[in-house]
Amino acid sequence: MLAVERLSFRYNSVEVLNDISFLVDAGDYVGLVGPNGSGKTTIIKIILGLMEPQKGSVSLFGTNPTAFKDRHKIGYLPQKPTNFNPHFPATVEEVVSLGLFSKKGFPGRVVKNDERLINEAMALTDIFNIKDAMIGDLSGGQQQRVLAARALVNQPELLILDEPTTALDPETREKFFQTLQELNRNKKVTIILVTHDIGSIGKYASKLLYLDKRIIFYGSFEDFCSSGDMGSYFGEFAQHLICHRHD
Amino acid sequence: MEIVNFLHYEFIRRAIITGSFIALVCSLLGVLLVLRRFSLIGDGLAHVTFGSVAVGLLLKQHPVYVSIPIVMLSSLGILKLTEKARLYGDAAIGIVSSIGIAGGILIASIAGGFNVDLFSYLFGNILSISKAEVLASITLSVVVLVIILFFYHEYFSATFDEEFAKVSGINTKKINSILVLLTGITVVLAMRVVGIMLTSALLILPAVTALQIAKSFRNTMVISSVIALSSVIIGICISFAMNLPTGATIVMTNFIFFISAFFYRNTFHKIKL
Repeated sequence: MLAVERLSFRYNSVEVLNDISFLVDAGDYVGLVGPNGSGKTTIIKIILGLMEPQKGSVSLFGTNPTAFKDRHKIGYLPQKPTNFNPHFPATVEEVVSLGLFSKKGFPGRVVKNDERLINEAMALTDIFNIKDAMIGDLSGGQQQRVLAARALVNQPELLILDEPTTALDPETREKFFQTLQELNRNKKVTIILVTHDIGSIGKYASKLLYLDKRIIFYGSFEDFCSSGDMGSYFGEFAQHLICHRHD
Repeated sequence: MEIVNFLHYEFIRRAIITGSFIALVCSLLGVLLVLRRFSLIGDGLAHVTFGSVAVGLLLKQHPVYVSIPIVMLSSLGILKLTEKARLYGDAAIGIVSSIGIAGGILIASIAGGFNVDLFSYLFGNILSISKAEVLASITLSVVVLVIILFFYHEYFSATFDEEFAKVSGINTKKINSILVLLTGITVVLAMRVVGIMLTSALLILPAVTALQIAKSFRNTMVISSVIALSSVIIGICISFAMNLPTGATIVMTNFIFFISAFFYRNTFHKIKL
């Protein structure tokens, strides 16, 4: 589904990504972690086709991301709900419907049949009861759930989430991760989740990608937990949190 | 009854029809520009229009037809300066608008003899609009309206969250360029309604009025259109009845709508609390 090969990227003289290679298979749930400035958001933007790699290549569904046309196969939830004007005059339902345009193409009219998809996405993220509310009147956590519904409305095959739970309270965060897990297990949605929440990564993701400008670790949790190097890199407590996840 | 009497005059009918089309276009574009914090582009391009009208008068061509290509090019110039020259939008608008004004003053000074004509465009006069101008204005307004409606969802998406719009496959560079080009055409058309000095009011006031009371994006577009149309019709009638300058009366009518919406919103919210 996704192949990143010998990818490097610099912002002027600052190296952000150095010789990154990894594969994501259909059905994977990859937790992407790393310290601030480690290149997590940059690699996500390259995968999404928002930026072009300076060296190396990325193949998304067998295509260069910048030329990728089947955008409805991807759902994207950005880092924080701050990309938009908080006073923007749009209802929750209108914002969720924006996710359908990639599927519908030009000129992108929403027809009656789309309402079912919109309602399903709102129900999945538990925002159906606020569908007529204005986006600016909601709390940060509610706004994040609206953007999650927008990412899910197309029923994507690949879901990319960039620190999606920073504005959520613990209870909502847990429900959100459970929803992702159900999508991954039941609907076989491939997930790439960027997060600092290593406890949740340990609990739900099937693979761990640790990035710090280069790949420090990429593999299954079993491999990660048996790796002595990771204990020294993360610290014993963090590794314990991640590895003692099941049930 | 008085209003019906006004409509017997052909120049009033022309003014109302042309003004309504232009106001409708301004109101829709205005919502997109205000929400993108790019509303002053109307003011900047209006200043460019001052220079382009001077060029038209110098070349003894109709200023509207000379202005449209010049202002469209300037609108793209503002966009490119914002994208490529590490400038904020307001600085790019400031550069282009001051060049437009300076160019107009220089041309008027060098050529001489048409200062009266040039300055008449500063304040506009829709009551003196010719049949040919009516036709050109309606045609161009319809073209702009169709394009806005055709790209409605793309503009909604890119205005709300440009990064997500790109991920969705929307060519944001293309639709941004189209938006500023349409704004350029509209500013030239609006010059005949309210004059160069007040053009940006037609773009901004209906949009900000709608934003006070609208309950959705679609609702914002509809309210902005209704406010703009009402302001033009009421403004023209009042100006004719009271012998007031038409452009200024239209703008003040818009402002009264804004103040009313502002108080309605604040009163309504206080009652709710």
